[in-house]
Order: sequence, then C-alpha cells, then structure tokens
Amino acid sequence: MMKFLTIEPVRVLLYLVGIIAFTAANAAYLVLAERKGAGRIQRRPGPNEAGWAGILQPVADGIKLLAKQVMVPPGTDSLLFRAAPLMVMAPPLLCLAVIPFGDTIVACNLNIGLLFVFSFGSINVMALMLGGWASRNKFAIISSARVVSQNVAYEIPMLLVVITMLMVTGTMNLGEIVRQQAGGFWHWNLLKVWVNPFMPVTFIIFFICMLAETNRAPFDMAEAESELVAGAFTEYGGMGFGVFFMAEYANIVVGCSLATILFLGGWQSPIGVLSGGWFGAAWFLVKLYALIFTVIWIRWTFPRTQFYSLLNLSWKILIPVSLVTLLLTGVMMKIL
Amino acid sequence: MSLFSSISEVFKGFKSLLVGMRITAGQAVKPTITVQYPHQTLKMPDRFRGHLELTIDPATGQTKCTACGLCVRACPSDCIDLDGLKKEGEKRKSVSKYEQNFTQCSLCGCCVDACPSDAIQYSKDYNVVSFNRDDFGKMDLFRKAEIKKQDWLKAHPQPPAPVVPPPPTTPAAPAPAPEQKQP
Ligand code: SF4
Ligand code: SF4
Repeated sequence: MMKFLTIEPVRVLLYLVGIIAFTAANAAYLVLAERKGAGRIQRRPGPNEAGWAGILQPVADGIKLLAKQVMVPPGTDSLLFRAAPLMVMAPPLLCLAVIPFGDTIVACNLNIGLLFVFSFGSINVMALMLGGWASRNKFAIISSARVVSQNVAYEIPMLLVVITMLMVTGTMNLGEIVRQQAGGFWHWNLLKVWVNPFMPVTFIIFFICMLAETNRAPFDMAEAESELVAGAFTEYGGMGFGVFFMAEYANIVVGCSLATILFLGGWQSPIGVLSGGWFGAAWFLVKLYALIFTVIWIRWTFPRTQFYSLLNLSWKILIPVSLVTLLLTGVMMKIL
Repeated sequence: MSLFSSISEVFKGFKSLLVGMRITAGQAVKPTITVQYPHQTLKMPDRFRGHLELTIDPATGQTKCTACGLCVRACPSDCIDLDGLKKEGEKRKSVSKYEQNFTQCSLCGCCVDACPSDAIQYSKDYNVVSFNRDDFGKMDLFRKAEIKKQDWLKAHPQPPAPVVPPPPTTPAAPAPAPEQKQP
C-alpha cells in the first residue's frame, strides 16, 4: 500500500488534491477566523448562528455566493475580466507546491523554491491590476494603480530582505533553509544575531512587506471600502468576488509559510523535542497559524494608512534599513 | 530634521504600534458584552416610554380607570379616545373602550400625569410591529387590559370579594413594569 502511494503519478495527484483542499479549507475558515477574531477584539462573539458557534458560516457564505448570478458588465474586456479571478487564485496554489510542510512532506522539492515563490507571487499583483482594468470602472482603475505602486514599493525591501537571507543561508531550496535551522529556537534565522545583529529587524521588515504585498490592513489601499467601494473587485459579483476574497487568504497562508520557513525554522521544534515526521508538520502549522493570527490581530488594531504615508514608510524607512542590513550582513560575513 | 530625531521617531512610532496591539489583545480576552437580541433582551429602564397601557389593580384584577376623561383633555396631540359605562352594583364608572392613536402620540407624558387614579402607565413593550396601520392608529388598550385581566384571573383562581375602590390618590410615578420576556 505504502509502495503504491509513492509511485510518482499517484504522489503528484495526492499532493494536488491535498494542496487544493488545504487552500480551500484555509480560505474558507480563515474568513470565519477573521470575523471571530474581529468580534473578540471588539468584544462581540462574531458569527455564531450557523451551526455550533458559527462553524457552518463559510458553507452558508459559499452557498450564497454560488447562488448569485455572475455578471459581466457591458463594456468590460470580458476575456480579461473572466481571467483575472483564475490568475489571482493560481499563484498561491503553485507556491504551496514548493513549501515544505515537514521534513519529507513537500510536493516538489525544488532547488530554486524561494525564487519560484517570489516569481509566481508577483502574478497576483498583475491579476488584481487586470481585474481592475478590465472592469471599466473608475474605482477599480484607481485601485489597480494603487495596487501596482504599492507592490512596486514593497517588493524592493522584501527582495532586499530575501537577498540578505540568501546570503546567510546560501541556498534557495526551502527545505535546505529549514534544515540549517535545526536544534532549538536559538538556531532560527530570526535569532541568528551573530550573523547579523539586525536579524529581528529583518523579520519585521519581511512581515510588514508581506502585509503590504497581500493588500492586508493597514495597507489595504487596493480595496479601501470607504473610498473605492470594493477596489479592484467592484464589478465582480457572486463567486467571482468570492475567488478574489479567498485568494487574499491563500496569499496570506503562502506569505506566512514563507516567513515561518525563512525566519522561524519551518518544521523544526523550538526546543528539540517532538521533532521530525508528523510532529514537524504540526510545529509548522502552529507557527504558521500564530503568524496568521497576528495578521488578523493587526488588521483589527490599526486603521488604514494614507497612501502617501504608505509609500513614505517603504521608500524612507524600509528600503534604507533593509539596505543597511544587507550591507552589514555582507561585511560581517566577510570578517567572520 | 536631523538623522537622529527621525530615527527616534521611527522607534517611537513602532512602540506606539505595540501599545495599540497590547490594548486590542487586552480587550480580546475580556468577556463579550453582546446581547443576543432575539434570544436575550435587555430589561427596559423604569423611565422607558412605550405605548400607554391600562394598569390593573393587583387587589381586584380590574382596571383602575374611571373614564373621567382628564387624560383626553390633557393630551396635546388629541390622540386618546375612550368611553366608559356604569356597571351594575358599582359606584364608579369603568372604562369600556380606550384607544390611543400611537402614530400621533409624542410620548409627552401629560396623560399619565393628569390621571387622578393612576390608571395608565407606559408599557415597556418596544417590539411593536404590525401589517395593519390601525393596530397603531387605533391601538386598543382596553382589549390588552382585558387579556391582562384574564391572566390575573388565572393567577388568582378564587377571585376575592370585590373591594371598595381606593380613593383617587395624587398621581405618582408609573410603577416599573416587570421585565419583558420576548420569545
Ligand atoms: S403621552 Fe402625550 S401625546 Fe401621548 S397620549 Fe399621552 S398626552 Fe397624548
Ligand atoms: S385620566 Fe385616568 S381615570 Fe381618567 S379616563 Fe384617563 S386613564 Fe381613565
């Protein structure tokens, strides 16, 4: 039986189904988690009518969205308009293929995993831009312009941080990066201050950029409801809107997984016990969801920033600081 | 701005973010304060003003209203319509029809103040809905009082001998109604 599971086509099929199921379940239930979290922070119980404690709420929402008519408004570029939801959902699914959930639990152990994630991650921006542009709606177009300028601004510090990490780890293989962080939390890249005293700062920069890249509050200028209706998704109804919404959460999962792998030691146990195999996957998920809940917590704590302060933060603070850490890492690696 | 002041500003800003997150985390662990409305309801405060209702004398189970008409005259919006009749063997008149036009009532309280026998008060009923305009235009308070009389009879299986109605007293503040239980 186990032999059968390891035949290549069967393995690929299993991972395919697993990743799609993981993404869909996360997208559906993170919406509920988000609403519950928002409720707790505002001292409400959150949705609690559908099923026990609201556990069926995503199902109810899904049925509602599926039952709605998918409209293509007149005057839109109907091909791009239909393609945008597909393009926004595909990259996170692809990225999850190279993310190692455990020592051996990875769909595709790619040597250039890190590069792969970043190259496909940027398709997401293009999809949002196309969706907004194809909608032929002024709010959607403003939102597209914002998405592009925001992502250009935040891609730079993010990649600078990633280059720093590359210099430290010396490999783009995500599994290898995690393996280097074995042996307790003081070996995690987050706390490798002997390599670079600014390592925690790098993590914070990465996290902030991840928030901005996934268009999460307080950087959700792309769908600033109060000024842009629903941003790039203004003209989408029914499941078209639902897919954009789910893709946002899928992207958060990918971003947080990457942060876990790069900085928090992926599947490594923090104190050396209960490591390996399925325990590793459990550790990975614990770290992943801790980060995701921080993302939700941040959303319900801070108000949306203004657009110019968003760009100021990137160009005046994050980029200089990440350049300094890059240089410092280079210098320290040369000296030590 | 010098380099150092801008650096210290970044640190201050970052610290303020952490303070904000600590505050929301602190709120998140406190108990929720939501009233799950259709399942739970709040007790209305004593001064809540709903539509009028005729009070029932807890001793006799009868309405206290003597159909004197003072409330009709006191009402600035002219929205009370009542009628009374004299029952066999009773000294006073008793009310036989009491309609309030709740669409025009300004809840000013003149009628409650004017009543010499404490016969009307504000109900604590805020769930008033209907498909029929007349349910508000001619809100039949007498019928509602009759229903309450039936309840009173059920609660007191042997009605006590009719007692002499107490002399009219000076109007007092309306007695607090019992907590409203909604389905
Ligand atoms: S509250 Fe005022 S307006 Fe309403 S019935 Fe009484 S006197 Fe008239
Ligand atoms: S003033 Fe009081 S007793 Fe007189 S008619 Fe009005 S409710 Fe009845």
